[in-house]
Amino acid sequence: MLCQQCKQRPATVHFTKIVSGEKSEYHLCEQCAQEKGDFFAKAAQAFNFNHLLSGLLNMESSPGVPVPAGAPVRCETCGMSYTEFTQIGRFGCPDCYDSFSARLDPLLRRIQSSETHTGKVPLRAGEQVHARKRLQQLRQELQRAVALEQFEQAAKLRDEIRRLESQFGGEEGR
Amino acid sequence: MSLGEFLQHGMSQWIRGGGPDDDIIVTSRIRIARNLQDIPFPVLQTDSHADEVIHLVQQALSNKSVQQIGRFEFVRCSDLSALDRYMLVEKHLMSRDLAEQVKHGAIALTDDEVMSIMVNEEDHLRIQCIMPGFRLAEAWQQANRVDDALESLLPYAFHERYGYLTACPTNVGTGIRASVMMHLPGLVLTGQIHRMLSAVSQVGLTVRGIYGEGSESVGNLFQVSNQITLGETEEEIIGNLSSIVHQLIEHERAARRALLSQNRGDLEDRVCRSFGILAYARKMDSKETLQRLSDVRLGIDLGIIRGVSASILKELMVVTQPAFLQKYFREELTPGERDIRRAALIRERLRLDDTEVH
Ligand SMILES: [Zn+2]
Ligand SMILES: [Zn+2]
Repeated sequence: MLCQQCKQRPATVHFTKIVSGEKSEYHLCEQCAQEKGDFFAKAAQAFNFNHLLSGLLNMESSPGVPVPAGAPVRCETCGMSYTEFTQIGRFGCPDCYDSFSARLDPLLRRIQSSETHTGKVPLRAGEQVHARKRLQQLRQELQRAVALEQFEQAAKLRDEIRRLESQFGGEEGR
Repeated sequence: MSLGEFLQHGMSQWIRGGGPDDDIIVTSRIRIARNLQDIPFPVLQTDSHADEVIHLVQQALSNKSVQQIGRFEFVRCSDLSALDRYMLVEKHLMSRDLAEQVKHGAIALTDDEVMSIMVNEEDHLRIQCIMPGFRLAEAWQQANRVDDALESLLPYAFHERYGYLTACPTNVGTGIRASVMMHLPGLVLTGQIHRMLSAVSQVGLTVRGIYGEGSESVGNLFQVSNQITLGETEEEIIGNLSSIVHQLIEHERAARRALLSQNRGDLEDRVCRSFGILAYARKMDSKETLQRLSDVRLGIDLGIIRGVSASILKELMVVTQPAFLQKYFREELTPGERDIRRAALIRERLRLDDTEVH
């Protein structure tokens, strides 16, 4: 739909105004909404915030945007497809984040200030995060030790890895 | 029950109490979104998933470590009447979505209703702390303590890179929404409000009217909140919001001073006229109620009206809403009947105070 004011740009601001019982509908582009005065500009903001997300999501799924190779179309855990996600704007389960991460990062960069959490880390999950990082590091050291034929060092590293794995279930991913 | 008793009873602390800068800041609110590992988000929940979440949360809340921080009363939405659910909505403790989520929803509340936890709303848990006045940091501390205690008992869904995982990507990361409800009649009456608000929305904050449909803001009440939840720490988010709110407070105070010095006659007329209407009208719709209450509260803050308690705006903005009205009058009321009863309730409330109009 084109803006009813300038009839040039697409109407992105839609609202109904009721003045003493008289109902008028407005379909304006953002520029004309701004010119209509601050009252309407604020309406535009409210509208944009609510629809920002689904707008972005639909842009993501538009045919022009190439799908990253190997990106799954569906979350294996809950069965939600990326298309369904773009339609309702909600993920189906916590694993959806990893299932869709290839497409998610550009989206997060746009709707958030970055795609990496810098805030609070829960104590318990934090320990796991820490242990996982340590495991990764130990495995790399083990490979290096084996390559350099430092077998005594390698045995020590292997024991440490086993200890950590049994403590945290050796759980990978996420 | 008399109105006085009614107001004493079912009222949250944010409605009765005061706090710093409460001539402008109505409430400070922190809401934290959390989810449990390995259970689908509420949008894909089956009955048994919902029961599992409810069971886990209820169990955690009855644990000693949580009870030391707050004694929560836990209730499923299906055990509340529609009226009770909508009264919680009107007290800003429950979302409209949860009130309608009768089958899977639940809510936990502390006695003073400062802390509340919505269960199976959009996320498994929505931990809320709401306080009167400008107390964002304190509200965050309190919500954070409850979150810590729950985290030691519940397997939260947490991602190394994305942080706390939420159903909607606009909440992921910290999962925090900090918001402040502001009464800004000075900025509205001096025509500065839209300039201010559009400036605020350009620094990563969201502003919306509290009441009124869509674009409209009724009663000069605005909510300012953070938009970004990922990539900033909780302290940064609260700090940014606080510094903007401080500036809005200064501008509002300056606007009120300007109105008093340059437009005193008009201002007094407006305030007293609204007081007169509230005191004598026989029919009041909710929109006019909020507008008149805003004028009266401004009159109280500026010393034009004396003897009326400052909490009247908060009290009446809650109890003149449909569910509270019907609870107080103990009958179902059509919108037309509500307008008559609303006017009666307001007159009664004003008679509880010893008013002087100067
Ligand atoms: Zn236009
Ligand atoms: Zn999923």
